[in-house]
Amino acid sequence: MRLFILTTLLLLQTAVFAQGKWFTRTGHISFYSSTPVEDIEARNSSAASVLDQSTGQIQFSVDIKSFMFEKALMQEHFNENYMESDEFPQATFKGKIVNIDAVDWSSVGDYNVTVKGDLTIHGETQTVESSGVIRITADGGFKAKTEFNVAPSDYKINIPELVSEKIAKEITVKVKADYKPLKR
Amino acid sequence: MKLKLAGIVLIGLLPFGLFAQEEDLLSLIENDSTADSTIAYAEASFKTTRVVNGHSLENTHAGVLDFKITHRFGEISTGLYEMFGLDQASIRIGFDYGITERLMVGLGRSSWNKTYDGFLKYKLLRQSSGAKNMPVTVVWFSGMYVNSLDWAEPDRENYFSSRIDYAHQLIVGRKFTEGLTIQLMPSLVHRNLVESSDIANDVYALGVAGRQKITKRIAINAEYFYVFPDQIQSIYKNSLSLGLAVETGGHVFQVMVTNSTAMTENGFIAQNTGDWMDGDLRFGFNISRVFTLVKPKELKTSDADW
Repeated sequence: MRLFILTTLLLLQTAVFAQGKWFTRTGHISFYSSTPVEDIEARNSSAASVLDQSTGQIQFSVDIKSFMFEKALMQEHFNENYMESDEFPQATFKGKIVNIDAVDWSSVGDYNVTVKGDLTIHGETQTVESSGVIRITADGGFKAKTEFNVAPSDYKINIPELVSEKIAKEITVKVKADYKPLKR
Repeated sequence: MKLKLAGIVLIGLLPFGLFAQEEDLLSLIENDSTADSTIAYAEASFKTTRVVNGHSLENTHAGVLDFKITHRFGEISTGLYEMFGLDQASIRIGFDYGITERLMVGLGRSSWNKTYDGFLKYKLLRQSSGAKNMPVTVVWFSGMYVNSLDWAEPDRENYFSSRIDYAHQLIVGRKFTEGLTIQLMPSLVHRNLVESSDIANDVYALGVAGRQKITKRIAINAEYFYVFPDQIQSIYKNSLSLGLAVETGGHVFQVMVTNSTAMTENGFIAQNTGDWMDGDLRFGFNISRVFTLVKPKELKTSDADW
């Protein structure tokens, strides 16, 4: 009997936990480098993310090789020369929406949130903070988006003199994700 | 009893305690082993579509045009009077174009024998890991060459077909490490017309080529074609080339030392006169400039809000 109570208790919690989690595998991450010489854009629509509604914990993971560039050779060089994607295949973010209480999950609308956490690119981790928006949609789901800047130099991404005027010192990163409930 | 209850409550609370700490949320959606659900193709095995004279296992990407200007100078042994060969030049101007990620076509015009050439290059297999494991890349190459020199004997009956040579090649290679790629190129050159009846129309050869990167953007390339014996006259020698490839973003510059004047397969495999042993070496360079003609469709739509 005790064992039964114990087991039920444990199972119950697991079930409750899973309800508060949301995920996507088709998150959009794009980045933009703008200089007088050249504008560069890359897009990715296969970012994975999980958000825990109750704690505000949020994590992202993206395969560097799945970023698409307008110029195929640029994409090749991005992986080969700059991101060293064979060695560092993924970029990740592990952090928290610090004001998750500001979101009223039951009422449709846009909520401004602040995200803080560890961003790992090219094997280097930096603490970043960014403001974003969570949009509660009529179907009961929600979307999230944010935009922030990263400096390649902070992540030990070496940009040689030769091309330095073509690549911005600050790269704008845009993230958009459409979350679905995580059931298990 | 109280103690037991406390125990149960404690165990019940335990997951909460763990939860407050950093949890690997992403592991929750990795159940279908996403890492192995995609195919990772080996990329950038060579800096460009040529090793030195011959083709590398790389094609230009789909929608990308590669404009190539290639020069082979005169023999270095001609000395200062000929500026070590730089006063003479054999030139080929050509275009490579990627129709798909697997199929590339090319056209060119060489000063050597005033040759027009065209080729098809198709990736039969692509080296990959992940969901599909393929240890090598295998490329089919077929080229056609039209010699447009004036007929040596215009008074006799000449056939256009006599101007034509063909080359077929299988390029089998592997990118072993980030820096090292090696490939083998079993090759067949067919000449419709040869100098005399005791010379083979079909010439079989085996090429070997490789590259070793010395920095992210600079690689050493080497290439050798072994022609199997008793096929061509003894004046023709095997082609051996050593080069440096420097990539600067949109351009690839290759500088080399080679014993070949021609930059088409029928020339440097079957009619290569330079002899390394006699110092018949030449400087040369290839310049490659790429242009993206067709953008990938993923980037055609606007990056709209939400």
